[in-house]
Amino acid sequence: MSLGLPHTFLGLDWSIFAQPAFDRSGTYFQFLLVGLQWTLIISVLGWAVAFVIGSIAGIMRTLPGRILPSIAAVYVEVFRNVPLLVQLFLWYFVMPELIPGIGMWFKQGLNPLLQQMVAAVLCLGFFTGARVAEQVRSGLGSLPRAQRAAGLALGLNLMQVYLLILLPVAYRIIIPTLTSEFLNIIKNSAVASTIGLVELSRQSQQLGEFTAHWYESFIAVTVLYAAINVAVMLAARYLERAARLPGLVGGHK
Amino acid sequence: MPALDWSSIPGALPFLWNGMLVTLSITGVAILVGIVLGTLIATARLSANPIPSSLAALYVNGFRSIPLVMVLLWFYLLVPQLIQALFKNPAADIRLVSAFVAFSLFEASYYAEIIRAGIQSVSRGQVSAGLALGMSRAQTMRLIVLPQAFRRMLPLLLTQAIILFQDTSLVYVIGLSEFFGVAYRTGDRDGTIVELLLFAGAVYFVLCFAASSLVRVLQRKIAL
Amino acid sequence: MISIQDVSKWYGEFQVLRDCTTRVDKGEVVVVCGPSGSGKSTLIKCVNGLEPFQKGEIRIENVSVGDRRTNLPRLRARVGMVFQHFELFPHLTVMQNLTIAQRRVLKRNVRGATDKGLALLEAVGLKAHAQKYPAQLSGGQQQRVAIARALAMDPIAMLFDEPTSALDPEMIKEVLDVMVRLAQDGMTMMVVTHEMGFARRVAHRVIFMDQGRIVEDRPKDDFFKDPGTERAQQFLSKILAH
Repeated sequence: MSLGLPHTFLGLDWSIFAQPAFDRSGTYFQFLLVGLQWTLIISVLGWAVAFVIGSIAGIMRTLPGRILPSIAAVYVEVFRNVPLLVQLFLWYFVMPELIPGIGMWFKQGLNPLLQQMVAAVLCLGFFTGARVAEQVRSGLGSLPRAQRAAGLALGLNLMQVYLLILLPVAYRIIIPTLTSEFLNIIKNSAVASTIGLVELSRQSQQLGEFTAHWYESFIAVTVLYAAINVAVMLAARYLERAARLPGLVGGHK
Repeated sequence: MPALDWSSIPGALPFLWNGMLVTLSITGVAILVGIVLGTLIATARLSANPIPSSLAALYVNGFRSIPLVMVLLWFYLLVPQLIQALFKNPAADIRLVSAFVAFSLFEASYYAEIIRAGIQSVSRGQVSAGLALGMSRAQTMRLIVLPQAFRRMLPLLLTQAIILFQDTSLVYVIGLSEFFGVAYRTGDRDGTIVELLLFAGAVYFVLCFAASSLVRVLQRKIAL
Repeated sequence: MISIQDVSKWYGEFQVLRDCTTRVDKGEVVVVCGPSGSGKSTLIKCVNGLEPFQKGEIRIENVSVGDRRTNLPRLRARVGMVFQHFELFPHLTVMQNLTIAQRRVLKRNVRGATDKGLALLEAVGLKAHAQKYPAQLSGGQQQRVAIARALAMDPIAMLFDEPTSALDPEMIKEVLDVMVRLAQDGMTMMVVTHEMGFARRVAHRVIFMDQGRIVEDRPKDDFFKDPGTERAQQFLSKILAH
């Protein structure tokens, strides 16, 4: 048994992970690793989408005028008030039908796995982006208003003020809340199992169905999720320390 | 854009309504059990005794670190076996009972954190004042601290309830037909998935947007 | 009535009280003063067990506060306490603030508790405010309600922890007037305060604390005429300079 675990432990048969998977792709251990890999792929890509869209929407909400802040507000409200699963099905089943050009590409240019991946990444990205937007907005809102004026007074334009002065501080302030959103996106990525994407929770279900070793499968996957959680939290702590500004938000004087 | 065919929705409304009742019952049970259990866990977590406080921390961090989908699958595995062990002839709808249990225990971990923060926001002076009047610790918690804490937490508790209402759609993974499940299956059967999904999304949006707007009004009132 | 014997208390390494010994007899009014951080508030919170102490003994009518077997709630129900920040319960009306402990701790009936509450509100001049919430009252009014709340329990003694130091100057007098009347009625009182005018009028003894130690413990007239230590002299001249 390659994992170095006893075959039976807690009355369960752990040798199942050394047996070949039903799809002949390798052992069930490797089968779960495939799931882990897809969980990480859609989470990270989804996070990239969420970070970009959320930042843009969050900034828009703090801009002067009416139109841009309202557009961003509508985006946030829509994506916060529709369940994640419904959003996923809308991306996967409805978007390709309603948007002809992209729909054709989606339906004909992509294999099923890529279709699932694109839908999952867009879903997680837009869903999480609405939450990131709220945090970016509150991060920007927590800065003294004179900072913007000071930047403009130096002759910077508004774009430069945001990029050079406001955002670098705002992002640092919201690292903890962004971290918990990143943890959420990993957990939320499990909904992609409902459209058949072979991420971690989907693999655990399949493993259970084909081998009837439900407990071994669920325990292994639960431990994997918990491990990802711990790893992300440690990484976030490191990031927070590295980004700390002396004298500001918990930094040293 | 293809023409949309809304004709199958009127006929499906009774079924959708039944699905909504399932959604609401899961939400209601999970809110009730979640808040009661969450309060117990929060007070255990704040206890000076390290045994209850670390057990409570384990409970909260455990549930919060795994996906709700996995929690639902776990309880759909565990609950039927428990029911079988407890009652010889299980008459209950196993999927529904599993969903009740899973959401109640899962939400308790989220409510516990909200309630803990609420309890901690009540000043130590209030506790001292209760004790100084001769109240026991339990009385001080029940009569002085919790009423103030709940008032302050109300917007957060309600927001969590809205999130819970949306999350109940995930019982799809254990094959339970609540509102979303009914909508999807109706669409699948009639070949009107696009229409039914858009309809379901719109219903969720209207309900949740209205509820969160009310919470915002409430929040402003409390802040005054 | 209250005896404090060799009480010491530490926060970790830091010693906040050092061998404090004093007593408050029945009907006596004792004022405790001293610079901030001298331990006076900590000492008074030890008296009804709100703060634990590691060494020494405090007895109230011969019941030991530090003893684990003592029923602290029952003891505290007989000793009134007034706090610096009033600590009225914001979710209850003034009347409910006055009745909650009467009913839940002393098990009095609604009628009896309400009558008692109304009589005390009248005594502190706030009968008209019975149905208001604490946040609708001024600081001085809130503190008077807090005193009435403590008196509603028919305490054998009253502890005051800087009852006027969170008040605006124009409200201090209304609170002190209530306290003076209480003292004149013969209530046993231990009062942490900087109000030396109050001490002059009604105190029997003055205790001066510094760095966790009781430095002076003397009859009022002696204390004001000739504070024995330099620290107390400095303190008095600073206070009186205001």
